[in-house]
Amino acid sequence: MELTLWTYEGPPHVGAMRIAASMEGVHYVLHAPQGDTYADLLFTMIERRNRRPPVTYTTFQARDLGGDTAELVKRSIAQAVERFQPEALLVGESCTAELIQDQPGALAAGMGFGDLPIVSLELPAYSKKENWGAAETFYQLVRSLLKNQLPEPGAAKPAPSRWRQEGRRPRVNLLGPSLLGFRCRDDVREVTRLLAELGIDVAVTAPLGSRPADLMRIPSADANVCLYPEVAASVCSWLERSFGMATVKTVPIGIAATEAFLAELAQVLDLDPGPGETGASETGAGKAGASKAGRAATNGAAGLGERASRLPWYSRSVDSTYLTGKRVFIFGDATHAVAAARIASKELGFEVVGLGSYSREQAREVRAAAKELGLEALITDDYLAVEQAMAEAAPELVLGTQMERHSAKRLGIPCAVISTPLHVQDVPARFSPQMGWEGANVIFDSWVHPLMMGLEEHLIGMFRHDFEFVDGHRSHLGDGAPAAAPQAAPAAAPADPAAAPATVQTGPGGAGSAATATLVAEPALATAQETVQDNGLAAAGPSPQGEPHWSADGEAELAKIPFFVRGKVRRNTETFARERGMARIDAETLYDAKAHYSR
Amino acid sequence: MVVTPTSSPLSAATAQPGQAPLASSQGLELRRENGQREVFCGLTSIVWLHRRMPDAFFLVVGSRTCAHLVQSAAGVMIFAEPRFGTAILGERDLAGLADANDELDRLVADLLQRRPEIRTLFLVGSCPSEVIKLDLAKAAERLTHSHRGRVRVLNYSGSGIETTFTQGEDNALLALLPLMPASDEEQLLIVGTLADAVEDRFMALFGRMGVPLVRSLPPRRSTDLPPVGKGTRVLLAQPFLSGTARALVHRGASLVEAPYPFGVEGSRDWMAAAAAAFGIGAEPVAAVLDPLVERGRRALAPHRDKLAGKRLFLLPDSQMEIPLARFLSRECGMELVEVGVPYLDRQLMAADLALLPAGTRICEGQDVELQLERVRAERPDLVVCGLGLANPLEAEGFATKWSIELVFSPIHGCDQAGDLAELFARPLSRRALLSFA
Repeated sequence: MELTLWTYEGPPHVGAMRIAASMEGVHYVLHAPQGDTYADLLFTMIERRNRRPPVTYTTFQARDLGGDTAELVKRSIAQAVERFQPEALLVGESCTAELIQDQPGALAAGMGFGDLPIVSLELPAYSKKENWGAAETFYQLVRSLLKNQLPEPGAAKPAPSRWRQEGRRPRVNLLGPSLLGFRCRDDVREVTRLLAELGIDVAVTAPLGSRPADLMRIPSADANVCLYPEVAASVCSWLERSFGMATVKTVPIGIAATEAFLAELAQVLDLDPGPGETGASETGAGKAGASKAGRAATNGAAGLGERASRLPWYSRSVDSTYLTGKRVFIFGDATHAVAAARIASKELGFEVVGLGSYSREQAREVRAAAKELGLEALITDDYLAVEQAMAEAAPELVLGTQMERHSAKRLGIPCAVISTPLHVQDVPARFSPQMGWEGANVIFDSWVHPLMMGLEEHLIGMFRHDFEFVDGHRSHLGDGAPAAAPQAAPAAAPADPAAAPATVQTGPGGAGSAATATLVAEPALATAQETVQDNGLAAAGPSPQGEPHWSADGEAELAKIPFFVRGKVRRNTETFARERGMARIDAETLYDAKAHYSR
Repeated sequence: MVVTPTSSPLSAATAQPGQAPLASSQGLELRRENGQREVFCGLTSIVWLHRRMPDAFFLVVGSRTCAHLVQSAAGVMIFAEPRFGTAILGERDLAGLADANDELDRLVADLLQRRPEIRTLFLVGSCPSEVIKLDLAKAAERLTHSHRGRVRVLNYSGSGIETTFTQGEDNALLALLPLMPASDEEQLLIVGTLADAVEDRFMALFGRMGVPLVRSLPPRRSTDLPPVGKGTRVLLAQPFLSGTARALVHRGASLVEAPYPFGVEGSRDWMAAAAAAFGIGAEPVAAVLDPLVERGRRALAPHRDKLAGKRLFLLPDSQMEIPLARFLSRECGMELVEVGVPYLDRQLMAADLALLPAGTRICEGQDVELQLERVRAERPDLVVCGLGLANPLEAEGFATKWSIELVFSPIHGCDQAGDLAELFARPLSRRALLSFA
């Protein structure tokens, strides 16, 4: 038994619904009690879908439990098949139905629907979650539809370069995009465009927008692109084992990743490596594009992203110097979190101060990415633990899910959403992919806009001694944050189970509350960022005895520092003093610390 | 009540197992359907109950589905460390109930340590906890004993196999009932969660009419429970509290019969009935209410202009459908195509049913596919429905009103009648406003 206040993922049958609702011609009969229909609104409200998800719920009640719930299941299946005439039928149970063991899949199989493919889903609701359910459903559906096409054991693998012999353009499948995934609709468009430029066709995109008949064409492609490992990793690995189909595993989020993606494609599909060589059997339209990809793979890769996306230049341009070393906290599904960490650290010059994911299935990848950055990955589905880690890391920007957006708001930190779970506002009307060149442009804008612009930050620093300057002035983009600051303090404390009582107990007398006390004493000087960071400290746990305190001249010197770096200076100085066992921080300590950290 | 078979034009076309025209009474056409229900379960009431009683915590003992449901229904709008949560059952809990009970005890102890401000803890049963027969009543007893003096632990079921959406509040209040002290003191007891501001307003108005003492259930603090006894007149503010009303009557209270306080007419009759129950004459009541009625009608008039003559189809959701239909038909001039209710409690709905136009079709229960077929066949001007159906119906060309807003907005009383009508007029105004040509 586990206490959950808010969850990152729904139950596994919601994952199955994502697959069914993403497709055409698939219907899902779900043995479930009244109330489980709530999941419809995820699709109709968050995704603004204009039709109901293709799901029939048996809606059993307590009085049915004494009688024949199996009969109810059969009636629901019969009615659903008659009404919706599906091309493939998914049959499964939600958590409660799992307990009464009616085995709806077996019931459906015995109902004589002839050729109708029926997939019986067994999604253990008490141990698995939504993404697992989506992956399992997609895998079972593909497996069931392809069972008659399985090659003989020991048959030769199809060569990924067979397009060359067959005198056609190379083609791949895009696997994994689904409803309620992050920006899947636009990623598919961007990746398809990227492939088209290289003369590569898309055979099947699934599950989003596909029909069962499309899934049956999957083996006709030369390779599978695993766009979203959370949903497609298991099906790709099965297709590799059973059909010998190669998998392109790089997820093209960010400049380097997009270049690596193209290189991997070129290598897997055996595209022409350079302008000087022309494949002997190459014919038709595939040639030029494939050559381009081949070049990208071998020599031109470094320059390709520069030309195709604005992110590299925008990141180099002088206004972006203020981005250097911005502290970023990242949490999301594994794919997006790992990609975000790489982009943040390498392509934007941020400092990643926290990295984590709720995807336990992909924890290893996240841990590896964190290790490269000298961090320990936070793998948890407890949002309070994430919020606590966020407060402790004292970031200047949070890249997270809807949950982190709320936590960041409470702490007064700017935030951009990079991953599911999402909100209606994360399904924008405009084209805004995360993948490919345009995805990199979108990422630059959406991560940098919540921050203060470089020139603006510079000017505020320059004119801050003018009488017009009011301390606490913020960028127009940060407005509202100062007003939120007073609430940030009480809100942050109870959000932290360990620290809340401790903070209360040490109270005004406790050395650890010095920062908070200062804020109370000088409300006019308290800015949002500072409050946040001080809260971060206050929330970090009970302070040990001998925590340094600020002298009056130390505080006065601190107040002269521009407010937008003051929190960082305060933190650094306190760390410096603590490490040296100093009880008191005065102006000299502050400058000692400054010298220490500037080395 | 005379029960006669009806021959509605639709019944022949749609007669299928699981649904059948029921009977007609009071000139109403009643039908009952059984099939897929697009209705929340009783757990959802936690969303407003936890706000009403900030010193209470609602702990659902259930599955990840339960947690996801409450979260999705609540929206992330109220995201914070909430005063509700889910003890998610794992495979180990299913394997042995003894372990499940130990786990629950451990989890509750942790929770209470972290949230020392909690005075009342509700263990809320769910579909899985009911099916595995986890005895939450016994658990509540055990936990009350082990945390004696700090917190009271109560239990009720909000499971979908036993309750619909708003019935969760009925069960929660029933759980509080045994803790209400006995007293024969004369009092008016308003039962059902109201927005604080609306409740304050009613209290003031009853005071001005001369009602001696007004209390409410649920109280704003979970420990300030009102007494109940022979002197108690129960006035239901919400139409979904069947069990609570009966249990209060069993404790000696008498039930004030009135339509529910939606719209000017309903609110007036509701307040007047309460005053009459205390023997207060027509004059002081009129002195207080007449100006409100006049002002309420003025506020209503512009919306009535938009709604009059429009055809309305209500899908089942919160049990408020019958009183709202009464308001929309009598005070806003709308024509009722069908009024769907999750279940029909004739006694609690008597006053409102009596005010519905003759021939109104009431459908109890739901088979959503059949009901949507009727929507498409009848082409109403406005459909009141849940969030799962609203956008799909809009896409088919129907104007819709999300019903969930009705349980979260202050809509009770004469002063709110204009706002209530506006909620229904807005989708129509918006459609008239938009143009992409």
